[in-house]
Amino acid sequence: MTLRVMEKGDLAAFVGRLIASEPGVVGPVRKDGKHVFARLTGVEDLDLAYTTTLLPPKKYLFPPQETLLRFRLGAPPVVEPVIEASPLVVIGVHPCDLRGIWATDRAFGDDHVDTHYRARREAITLIGADCLPDEHCFCTSVGSHLPEPGTFDLFLTDIGDAFTVEIGSERGRALLGRYGQTRDATAADLAELQKRRHAKEAAVRARLNVDVQMLPLLLESVSGSPVWEQLGSKCLSCGNCNLVCPTCYCFDVGDLMQLNLEEGERVRRWDGCTLVDFATVAGGHNFRREAKSRVRHRYYRKFQYLMTRYGRSFCTGCGRCSRSCLAHINPPDTINALVAEAEREEA
Amino acid sequence: MSTQLALQTGSLYLGRPATVTAVRALTDKEKLFDVELADGPLGHEPGQFVEVSVFGYGEAPISVASSPTAPGGFQLCVRNVGRVTGALHRLQPGAAIAIRGPFGRGFPVDRLRNRDILFVAGGLGLAPLRSLIGYVMDRRSEFGHVTILVGARTPGELLFNDEYAAWARSPDTEVHVTVDRAAEGWTGHVGVITTLFPRIQVDPKTTTAVIVGPPVMYRFALAETFAKGVPEDQVYVSLERRMKCGVGKCGHCQINGVYVCQKGPVFAFAEIAGLEEAL
Repeated sequence: MTLRVMEKGDLAAFVGRLIASEPGVVGPVRKDGKHVFARLTGVEDLDLAYTTTLLPPKKYLFPPQETLLRFRLGAPPVVEPVIEASPLVVIGVHPCDLRGIWATDRAFGDDHVDTHYRARREAITLIGADCLPDEHCFCTSVGSHLPEPGTFDLFLTDIGDAFTVEIGSERGRALLGRYGQTRDATAADLAELQKRRHAKEAAVRARLNVDVQMLPLLLESVSGSPVWEQLGSKCLSCGNCNLVCPTCYCFDVGDLMQLNLEEGERVRRWDGCTLVDFATVAGGHNFRREAKSRVRHRYYRKFQYLMTRYGRSFCTGCGRCSRSCLAHINPPDTINALVAEAEREEA
Repeated sequence: MSTQLALQTGSLYLGRPATVTAVRALTDKEKLFDVELADGPLGHEPGQFVEVSVFGYGEAPISVASSPTAPGGFQLCVRNVGRVTGALHRLQPGAAIAIRGPFGRGFPVDRLRNRDILFVAGGLGLAPLRSLIGYVMDRRSEFGHVTILVGARTPGELLFNDEYAAWARSPDTEVHVTVDRAAEGWTGHVGVITTLFPRIQVDPKTTTAVIVGPPVMYRFALAETFAKGVPEDQVYVSLERRMKCGVGKCGHCQINGVYVCQKGPVFAFAEIAGLEEAL
């Protein structure tokens, strides 16, 4: 059976044993009235009753800055790759963020395998958890509201006095067997799980007024839409949306030298396609000079380019860009305006 | 296959050790570097690019300026415009660098065979184009009539001008050179590169055009080429982008859904005609 039930009182013991025995355990933790994924030093740090975290758990797979190579100058220089990964258990990952990891798995694991990402990915155990949608969430519109088999090791859903625990992998099964106290699920548990899932779905209010699978086709015809002009005139090109996005994975690469000026590192850092100079070349020409073309590029990446390549929306509906945008640009309003425009033109 | 397997355990971002064996100043801003890899030939096609590492400064995408038919290592023509290229310009022969690549899709040599070729090179565009011109010159009998148009802003900015005469001496080959602004001692043509088009004969049925230059040049040079009747699928361009990874991940080279480092940098015009932001 891949579904078990853990009494609420047993969760603390499970997490406590994880923290005591595993080299690294992280989860949602309160910080300044928000939540962030951070290291758990004790069970009391964990707060599963959260809507979203400031940054998605992507940071554990693709850190804001990471060393790719280490070198020592000389004739010749000595260069070695740095593949750094240590075992990590991430507790409390919502379905939308599991979908985000699905997306970065595609991006970094595609035809050219990025070993830096993959080593971290293989070292991570994902314990998902069901969520509390707020007014920005639109996961139901992109199909990322349910825990999808293959994207988690374990998945917890609060069913009142207990949690259901879905087992998604052998690694998850082993972890649960080692540290967790569970029982078989009853028909009543399953009924309650379904009830909770429906209630969650109903609580997601923001939505895209279109079948997301139609978006690659729809976007074909609206690249010249006035919607992009409007967004371009509002966008501050601050890059917040890129920063908080679970599926933005663009990066810059450069060298950092130590103070001895003999040793250094090649590092990659997060970059963002909405930043002014992202598409500027050496001679100074900027191929996306206007904010409207940068905003449009970001939307097309999520709903057309990468979607066409990998078959599913690269927007997870998590709402982080909506929450963080200083100009109140958000995917539901943007997509719905484009849909309305396309419908007007058809009529 | 073997490189793919190697990548599974190593890093995509680890270059091959290489040595700069010669450095020659071509203009005030451009230098030509002869490079040899420690582990064998580069194995590139004309038009491909490499990522060049100067440790301590970083990495930059540079197109290969020499033909694979040339003996020895390969050449990079580098304009001093930034951190990495500035560091390259300060290197002396013997300096150790690293090379990743070759990356991307080069010029379609097989499709060019037996065709007449119109080369249009603006400014630094001659650097990647020279890898193909060299290839055609070395296998001259495999190609038809060759017309080479070269343009630069001033005579001092003309790249590889010591090679034009040799190209022109090849059978069935003509070379036309122009500068936007003349300088003391310049006796050649003056005007932007499109002013050379009235001077040349192009048979649109047998000609393939290969055009490389700065963004501003493409619009005008393409219009002149199409005006000669050359169809869109017989026109090739090479697009400049600031590739940070070379392996279709970092996002910097993306034009709409196309990664220039993977599908380019060489494109048939017909392939990019519908892409906004391409030129």
